[in-house]
Amino acid sequence: MAKRKRYTRTPVVRPKKYCRFKKSGIKYIDYKNPDFLMAFINEQGKLLPRRITGTSLKYQRKVATAVKRCRHIALLPYVADEMK
Amino acid sequence: MAKTNYESVVILTPVLSEKMLQEAANSFEKLITENGGELIHKENWGLTKMAYPIQSKTTGFYQIFEFVADTETELIDKLELAYRRDEQVLRYLTIKLDKHAVKYNERRRNGEFNKPKQKKEDAPAIEQASPAKAEAEVTPQESED
Repeated sequence: MAKRKRYTRTPVVRPKKYCRFKKSGIKYIDYKNPDFLMAFINEQGKLLPRRITGTSLKYQRKVATAVKRCRHIALLPYVADEMK
Repeated sequence: MAKTNYESVVILTPVLSEKMLQEAANSFEKLITENGGELIHKENWGLTKMAYPIQSKTTGFYQIFEFVADTETELIDKLELAYRRDEQVLRYLTIKLDKHAVKYNERRRNGEFNKPKQKKEDAPAIEQASPAKAEAEVTPQESED
């Protein structure tokens, strides 16, 4: 039996993700600003996970609350097909 | 006797006339001030399009109050009861503001976010108020440093 060929994977270099709230020092996320919150939801209106947006846990919780409040006052939809 | 900042958003039906809208806003304002609340800011977005229909209406008048009240008074209960009893109210949301939120609102009010902001409460006509708001709302958060 021949030895199995070893694969050497070339690592994909991606720019490091960062929390935009920490970086720019935003302390409060306004729930009355749907255009800003659009950055944290997908085209169905669902919240994007942290691993995609790079938000820190502390601010992800705040984003989630803001999006939910924004939906309640009908500035963002609960369900949508094509938002963006 | 701890004081807390609150913010209340009310969506009123679009069928109201300008006068009825003012009356409704004033009655809520009166309720706040008469029950020991101290009104800091009042804002009217005018007729705004909603993201989904509520009671088969696609637009609504958005009215926002920011006020300081005692945590032990029954002001919030009374205010929300008034909202629930009022048939003109489509939706309401009352939240407590933390210190960052208070600061943010203050800055927003003073137009500190770099934008050619037209003061919303000064905008007389509804047709004017809405686009002004849409423009104003885009930038604030990104521009904060």
